[in-house]
Amino acid sequence: MNYEFDFSFLAEYWPMLVKGAVLTAQLSILATILGFLVGTLCAVASTGRSWIASAIVGAYVEIIRNTPLLVQLFVVFFGLSSLGLKLSATTSAVIGLTINIGAYSSEIIRAGITSINRGQVEAADCLALTRWQVMMTVILPSAIEKVYPALTSQYVLLMLGTSIASQISSEELTAAASRIQSDTFRSFEVFIVVAALYLALSFLMRGLFWLVGQFAFPRRRRLGTSL
Amino acid sequence: MSAVHFTVLLQGLVWTVVLSAVGFLGGGIVGFVIALARISANPLIHGISSAYVTLLQGTPLLIQMFVLYFGLPIVGLEVPPLAAASIAMTLFSSAYLGEIWRGCLQSVPKAQWEAAECLALSRVERLLLVILPQALRIATPPTVGFMVQIIKNTSIASVIGMVEMTYIGKMINNTTFKPFQTYVVIAGLYFLLCYPLSWLSRRLERNLNVAHR
Repeated sequence: MNYEFDFSFLAEYWPMLVKGAVLTAQLSILATILGFLVGTLCAVASTGRSWIASAIVGAYVEIIRNTPLLVQLFVVFFGLSSLGLKLSATTSAVIGLTINIGAYSSEIIRAGITSINRGQVEAADCLALTRWQVMMTVILPSAIEKVYPALTSQYVLLMLGTSIASQISSEELTAAASRIQSDTFRSFEVFIVVAALYLALSFLMRGLFWLVGQFAFPRRRRLGTSL
Repeated sequence: MSAVHFTVLLQGLVWTVVLSAVGFLGGGIVGFVIALARISANPLIHGISSAYVTLLQGTPLLIQMFVLYFGLPIVGLEVPPLAAASIAMTLFSSAYLGEIWRGCLQSVPKAQWEAAECLALSRVERLLLVILPQALRIATPPTVGFMVQIIKNTSIASVIGMVEMTYIGKMINNTTFKPFQTYVVIAGLYFLLCYPLSWLSRRLERNLNVAHR
């Protein structure tokens, strides 16, 4: 093996990598927030009384969780535009990623909701709270607190999944890497650097989620345990 | 989509299954070693296996495929996309399966280790005869569940030019210009592959969870 590593492309192309990493972070954060909202809504609907709502959510979750993200993004980007709904690549990526992560979030949060002791709900009923109040102040906060670590892992996986958005020509980190390597032909080095950037982003994201957890669940912070 | 397209697509499906099987078998073997290394008392072995898992779980599979696809020729291995994709799938699955199985091994109560030690079993015997059979039961549902992830993630191999279902889907789309139809059919085929496994995983989990039913 007499291959000479050459990382000199970094001097010229680093702004492109930074731009890509920023878009990757934006995509991840946007899809995380939207996906969390969609997931919470779906989880509440599927644990509610209406069997139609839980059937619809069940179908949505199964369809999304049993098909590849790549194909989902193709359907959203190429498929919808052929049906007349033209969206930019990045908008399609946000929509596709949100639909995808929404299904996973829904399953995780549903598990949290069903793990809440019935006694708590009954106690809240006795305090004359409305169904909405019970859900918003009793069930959801502790359900989400319980499944927070699982959600964190899922959202880090989502961040890694945003790399697939490069395949519908969204200009995020992986797409930036592909362009740099087609300019410089230093494919191996480029992708090593990008792998390191993704690794850094995933550490950063775990740290961010830890910090959010510290503020969102003060009880956990005070007890010093993870429930 | 004509009958010819559909036949080609089914050939792609076969390659998707082949790559999934390779990824699962390879990932299973390496992952088993990783799981054992992760519960090892030796700090060096433990540290190396932790770093391996962190590295592979912290980078996208797509990037791993690119690194292998472009990196292997550098060390003198001119490999076809199938080989690069197989190695990437193996590494990727091994990191996740290793972590899943580590959890299962550690969820066997510690008293089992101690009781086996009292029976004068060696560490290997304790692991093979006492802990593994119990861990195996716990490990089955999440392992079947992870097979779904493997099947879905083989679609990423299309990016480095491996001719599997998604790749053929793109080719069909290039000739028919009917992306919605094409990709929905492909999503349907993936669903047919994955849903039985999802169902089985859930079912196994329920059977295992007798106490909380």
